[in-house]
Amino acid sequence: MTDTPVSSSAAITGGAAGRGLAARLEALWPYLALGLAAVALPLSGDTYWGIIATRACVYWVLVAGLNLVVGFAGQIAIGWVALLTLGAYTASVLTAGTATPALSPFLALIIAGVAGAIVGLIVGLPALRLRTFYFAITTLGFATIVTQIALAWQSVTGGGVGVPGPLFPGWFSSQWGFYYLCLGLAALCTWMTANLAASRFGRALVAIRDAEVAAEASGVAKPAVLMMVFLFSGAVAGVAGGLFASLQSYITPDAFTFDLSVLFFIAILIGGRGSIIGPLLGTIILTVLPEFAAPLVAWSTFLYAALLLLIVLLMPGGIADLIDYKNRRPLEQHRDIVPRPEMVAGILHQAGGNQSLTLDDVALSFDGVHAIDGLDLEIRPGEVHGLIGPNGSGKTTTLNVISGYNAPDRGAVRLGGEPLLPGASHLRASRRIARTFQTPRLIGAASVLENVMIGGTIDGRATFAESLLSFPRHLQDERMLRDAAMSALAVVGLDALAAVRADRLQHSELRFMEIARALMLRPNFLLLDEPAAGLSAEEIRRLGALIVAIARVGAGVLLVEHHAELIFDICDRVTVLNLGKVLAAGTPAQIRSHREVVSAYLGA
Amino acid sequence: MLQSIIAYGLTMGAIYALIGITYNVMFTASRVFSFTAGVLGMLGGVLGSLFIRRLGMPVAFGFILTLCCGMAIGIVTEILTVRPVLKSLDQHLYVLSTLAFALLIQQFTAIEWSTEPQPFPRLLNIGPGVFDQQFWLPIAACLATVVGLELLYRRTLIGRAFLAIAEDNYAARALGLPEQALRMTSYALAGAIGTLAGFAGGEVLLAFFANAPMLNFYGFVPVALGGMGSNRGAVIGGMALGLFQQAANFLVGGIFASVAVFVVFILVLLARPEGLGGATAARRV
Repeated sequence: MTDTPVSSSAAITGGAAGRGLAARLEALWPYLALGLAAVALPLSGDTYWGIIATRACVYWVLVAGLNLVVGFAGQIAIGWVALLTLGAYTASVLTAGTATPALSPFLALIIAGVAGAIVGLIVGLPALRLRTFYFAITTLGFATIVTQIALAWQSVTGGGVGVPGPLFPGWFSSQWGFYYLCLGLAALCTWMTANLAASRFGRALVAIRDAEVAAEASGVAKPAVLMMVFLFSGAVAGVAGGLFASLQSYITPDAFTFDLSVLFFIAILIGGRGSIIGPLLGTIILTVLPEFAAPLVAWSTFLYAALLLLIVLLMPGGIADLIDYKNRRPLEQHRDIVPRPEMVAGILHQAGGNQSLTLDDVALSFDGVHAIDGLDLEIRPGEVHGLIGPNGSGKTTTLNVISGYNAPDRGAVRLGGEPLLPGASHLRASRRIARTFQTPRLIGAASVLENVMIGGTIDGRATFAESLLSFPRHLQDERMLRDAAMSALAVVGLDALAAVRADRLQHSELRFMEIARALMLRPNFLLLDEPAAGLSAEEIRRLGALIVAIARVGAGVLLVEHHAELIFDICDRVTVLNLGKVLAAGTPAQIRSHREVVSAYLGA
Repeated sequence: MLQSIIAYGLTMGAIYALIGITYNVMFTASRVFSFTAGVLGMLGGVLGSLFIRRLGMPVAFGFILTLCCGMAIGIVTEILTVRPVLKSLDQHLYVLSTLAFALLIQQFTAIEWSTEPQPFPRLLNIGPGVFDQQFWLPIAACLATVVGLELLYRRTLIGRAFLAIAEDNYAARALGLPEQALRMTSYALAGAIGTLAGFAGGEVLLAFFANAPMLNFYGFVPVALGGMGSNRGAVIGGMALGLFQQAANFLVGGIFASVAVFVVFILVLLARPEGLGGATAARRV
């Protein structure tokens, strides 16, 4: 997410329109330069390079879609050549009319795209449930099978003999005409994926890759988002297949070696995950490279593999990181986080309601160990409720049950008397229940602003297709989410760091960033898991004031903490856990003088 | 036909099971699945053919040399592609690094050896028929490996140390076990088992570079179905896969056999992602 074309820095600097335009140009110039060079290429009259450039365009149509799967969502799909094969054969067979009446090449190309979308979804489905390596192996298996089918289904595919590729009519049948067709589609794919990357869907994909748990807490429905990405990615791969067949003019199963899959996959990783311009450059480089070293053509896949190994071991960020000079500028050394509690009312104006969040007799054990054992708890709106207890007493497990990561063995979590579905963590966001984590869950490669915008995912209204095509609703969403995120950052005191990559922040800043992300939900209930851990005394005091301000607007806050002082300073009510059971509950004054609590936990 | 199905099925099953065990031995030592498992199987055939057929070495010498090469590749895999990315296991960089290394070896083999399948020498000249050596050699290799691993893990100190690492990496290190050395040894062991699979099955698989992705997939199926790290699951899963595949092969034809295996694999995994053997999911939050 280092090169989203409508750069967020434009909005951050806000002020002068001229600076906004400059920032936009700064983000766009690589695309403009590449586009100009590509449009002007036919002037050279070099037909050999014309073919190479056409091939690069065709590859990019596929890679642009695959980039969303591999680079953004982090799903290791290594057998994507199967979809190219499918698209190529679909388009060729339909145009040639070996199995059906012969169709127009353009109609065949569209059908190839539809077929690609359907099969892309089927191939992608396992990714919803399986771990990384499993999915990688599944795509590998799929790639071997598609080639075998192409070989064996002779009556349709021509078997080892092959079929002629589609020939586009009229001007498009000329070499440069076909080149412009491919270039146009490549540009369209670039534009669409760039739009998507800068949308709540693109951010959700990266969040699924880097911080899946936080994505769910923000209401990202992983299956729905991934399924749409697989549909899109399959569709463009199918279209790329049709173009590839036309470029080859004759296709046999031999044309679709696994080496192509490797090329697509490696172009993305060399380019850098979560970038558009990086993989675009990667595709061009890998397509052109063998032309400069003819004796090396046989070794090209070997070299790609070597390159992949080097990239993974030495430069996991790829080209995109290399050209991301903005994030190499040093940050100010001694930064103070100064939250503005007085501004909380401005962003949480709708918070509150008079329903309580209650736990009734909740019990959960892991392998026979009772993590929580018959817990009753009531979090009231407008109050800060402290949850303390020694390590292993069940504090975080309680949070996990409330936010749906763990389904309780017994008992129920209710919001205003209505039970919350156990184990459905991504549905908590729509009930306006937000949380932070004991270890901050950040998307390191994304900017602080983007990290916070994730929190507002469920408030976006544009559909996946609207975001792809940058419809007005998408633009409205982006403006709304960006403004809301900037306000949330201003509240926690991090607005000056909005454009910085999140992994460059200090630990204490990450804690406040997570709170900003949670505030994006305009939460009725905010669950904080040890927010003061690792903060200085002064920062803890400011954090306390911020939490109180959030509660005073009407949100119920559940605060898990070890800092007894913070708990007793700001909580309206405190529950003490021990071994999964409530040891004591009451006002801070009552707890402070509770004999058992003092001897078991507070000491002296 | 039934005879052929059983003979070929058990043979292929034994090879798949051995590759599955190769995955497992690396996995238990490092929590990493490596794409080099299939490559090791492929190299077993190619190196065996190279040493014995092309260079004319005695069978026993060629066999031992092949296994030694496998062990060397196992150690290089560990040092080059696993150790540097273990720190960030959650980023799954190991999938990429081991894939890259596997592709390097595969492409090198394709260019320097041959892109066409080459014959593998006959080792003992027993056969032909159902009791031909090409059938029972892989099965014998698989049995020997399973029994050998079982003895190693249960009866020897180093084997118990392997199990300790697999069970709880941190605790094992706290006890003073040389985790790194044990991991390297495991990878060397996996290298030997992988090349053994390819060597024993050489006559069936031939010495062919493209066996690597094929074995990567079919060798992983028993691991996924039998449960990660379970060698017993891998053997049962491998044999079942081999028999199913050959039955489909003889009854409905080779292509549909592959499709059937793939579909069954996906469906089972979608229904039971932890495998039929079952392993609990890790805690996420």
